[in-house]
Amino acid sequence: MNGRILVSIAAVGIALAVLPWLGLPAFYESFLYLLFHWIVLATSWNILSGYTGYFSFGHGAFFGAGIYGTAYLAGTVGLPFLMTLPAAMLIAAALGVALGAVVFRVSRVRGELFALLTLAVTFVLATIIGNTPIDGGQGIYLMGVDIPSLGPSQASSIYMMGLIAAAATLLISYWIYASRFGIGLFAIHDDEDVAEVMGVPTYRFKLYALAISCSLAGLAGGIHAVFVSYVTVSETFSITVPLSVVLMSILGGSRHWIGPAVGAVLITCLLYYFTSGDSAVLGRATVGLILVVVILFIPAGVLGLVSGWRHNRRVREAAQAPAAKTHAESAAPAEVVRLSPKRVISGEPLLQVKGLSKSFSGVKALSDVTLEVRRGEILGLIGPNGSGKSTFINVVSGHYKPTAGEILFEGRNLAGQDAHVFAQAGIARTYQIPRPFSHMTVLENVAIVGMYGGRGKSRAEAMKDAHEFIEFAGLTHRAHALPDDLNLHQRKFLELARALAAQPKLLLLDEVLSGLTPSEINEAIAMIQRIRDRGTTIVFVEHVMRAVMALTDRIVVLNHGALIAQGNAADVMNEEDVKAAYLGKAHA
Amino acid sequence: MTLPSLNLLSQSILSGMFIGGMYSLIGLGLGLSWGLLRQINLAHFGFVFLSAYITYHLSSVWGMDPLLALLILPPAFFLVGVAQQWLLSRFHISPFNSLLVTFGFTVMIESLIQHIWTADFRKLQSSYAEEKFIIGNLFIPVPELLTLLLAVLFAFAIWAAMRFTDLGKAMRAMAEDGPIAAAFGINQRALSLVLSGLCVALASVAGICFALTFTLTPTQIFAWVGVVFAVVMLGGLGSALGPLVAGIIIGVSEAVAMAVFAPSWAPIVSFSLLILMLLFRPEKV
Repeated sequence: MNGRILVSIAAVGIALAVLPWLGLPAFYESFLYLLFHWIVLATSWNILSGYTGYFSFGHGAFFGAGIYGTAYLAGTVGLPFLMTLPAAMLIAAALGVALGAVVFRVSRVRGELFALLTLAVTFVLATIIGNTPIDGGQGIYLMGVDIPSLGPSQASSIYMMGLIAAAATLLISYWIYASRFGIGLFAIHDDEDVAEVMGVPTYRFKLYALAISCSLAGLAGGIHAVFVSYVTVSETFSITVPLSVVLMSILGGSRHWIGPAVGAVLITCLLYYFTSGDSAVLGRATVGLILVVVILFIPAGVLGLVSGWRHNRRVREAAQAPAAKTHAESAAPAEVVRLSPKRVISGEPLLQVKGLSKSFSGVKALSDVTLEVRRGEILGLIGPNGSGKSTFINVVSGHYKPTAGEILFEGRNLAGQDAHVFAQAGIARTYQIPRPFSHMTVLENVAIVGMYGGRGKSRAEAMKDAHEFIEFAGLTHRAHALPDDLNLHQRKFLELARALAAQPKLLLLDEVLSGLTPSEINEAIAMIQRIRDRGTTIVFVEHVMRAVMALTDRIVVLNHGALIAQGNAADVMNEEDVKAAYLGKAHA
Repeated sequence: MTLPSLNLLSQSILSGMFIGGMYSLIGLGLGLSWGLLRQINLAHFGFVFLSAYITYHLSSVWGMDPLLALLILPPAFFLVGVAQQWLLSRFHISPFNSLLVTFGFTVMIESLIQHIWTADFRKLQSSYAEEKFIIGNLFIPVPELLTLLLAVLFAFAIWAAMRFTDLGKAMRAMAEDGPIAAAFGINQRALSLVLSGLCVALASVAGICFALTFTLTPTQIFAWVGVVFAVVMLGGLGSALGPLVAGIIIGVSEAVAMAVFAPSWAPIVSFSLLILMLLFRPEKV
């Protein structure tokens, strides 16, 4: 957390709080209120949709739940207004969580499908409210509702409430942006499956983000109910709210905590500037045109542009740093002393897999595999293409749930749990085709694993440690680069650095050597040995037999999803079944 | 809740089929560009209304037969579609951003309509509007019947073209995997221009039918977005026959809900169907 930002938000808030006593025309209060209103709505939308990438068109539903929460409780039932605001927030959050609890379980409902589903929910909610006594098709008047006096007039009290809501929303948005929780949300945005495998409890995090987003939208709705003082279904649930918040966030930059607020100010001012004059119609057309131009030319938004410049500057600075840090030249890697450097293979099993099977609608990718991985060893897992090696990794890292069987890790059965439970228990994996989080720098990619892997470090601590792991992998000079700027060799080493940062008890390496040149393979082999020397047990899936022979203590051979041989490398490779699996059977 | 008479019910089902024809005619082009070009073209609704207003103008102001618009407008709108696709592909726009850009277009079209024809209600007065068949106790208005027939005609024509012509096969290949299709010699760029032109031309056909049946006002553009999206998703993105079936199912179930409960309950049918579909059969979308 950056103290300066907190102070700035507070300072601007206090400066604006003085305004009602300066005797400005009432117009300024209502215009600024509308700015605050849209800042709250756009920023709250962004907490779910911008941060996690789950674009919602349903923000109108949560806003509407807040409006009708307050309108019904204060206008119809007659509760005091201040009591209805927490109620409005709760109603909106409950609606959101109920929806999310169902929708977030269906993994295919992402992207456009999620957007449309939430839009549909808005229309259903509008129909229900309009046809039941909550509204009854007549709308609700709130003229007689008393609001607490926070300023010289009723309008300035509403202004003050808007101001408080906007400041609170921005603080929450910034707090999430800078927190460990926030980086988890960004990981979900970039690659949800990988985030889960690295230990981010994605389902829970999405629900939290949705709940925060909805309750803030509910708050905006509750305040807006007294601002408009007459609430109707058609106004509340129109397409204006969901579309505006999306546009504001995109325009401002949806990956930044203050981006939506910037977009909200720009669009509200634009709309006012262009539509207040005589040619309101042409003004609207101009707003449409500006939107088109902005999205075509700066798709990452205004603040995306700013972060882009900053990022480029850091990359340039890093590139100008002393060249001695590059991987090829750093002959002796930095000594890492935190874990015991002794390799100890014990007979004690770290992982026991019993009767493990995995079928994909009838196709058996793994059938009845039973094996154990002993603490401290490197177990080679080999087999022809399609033999089930990758499925094995996917099941043991929790990405796929097994059809049958047990996965006992340190004696605890993990089968059927979500992948983040596996990661938090101390299992990490790499991907054959590296899958870094594409909007995070190399440093952040490594740090997030430290935050959510077995150790669960704080954000600051994980960032500090990440430097060390990057140096270990020889990527120090690329610390601030984005994954897209790396070559294949660097991306592979980034995978290894991430695996290291998890400080796992068990590391599953999925063909880390494929696509590397012979000298790069040597570097990678040396690095894997160093990882093991730090006390990590490794399952090593590989086609490069030279590396398998050099590294492994034991090997296991899979064919057609079944285990066909295991034992000492040289012995196993001479077994008839293994030869047959690789080379085919000789015709007698 | 009272059960309506058999006659009222069958008249409801019939009018549901007609409104379903309108839904599917609008949804056809929208779903094709969504499924095959990966673009969520909100401007589709703008084009429908623009075409409807031009039809109104041709007929009410210049005294042309509104059906002649079927010869003039689709080719012109085809060019508009080509131009739009040229612009979007030049900037490599993502599906989600295509939604935002085309929303910008829609706002511009809406302002244009309001500038030329004002925000007042406009209704095309033509000889077709009054004509009805009467079969038994059922009224069959000609414009609605025409809409349904055109919806069926275009759905089947496009289905057949996708299935049996080389151009159609190339389009399906492009939708499945653009770069691979390009590697096999398919001119992706030209195809997507043609496809986008076709979708917007379909929007203009829907607009002509719209002018014959409905009263026009610019703010109504966004009122159709929700239900047509539901039709397109239920029917399957990129499918030609899907929107026809889904449109008629939604139209009929809305009409029955209106007759059995109250007209204001109608939206709940289509959107509940959509929600259930997304939750339980997301792989079908």
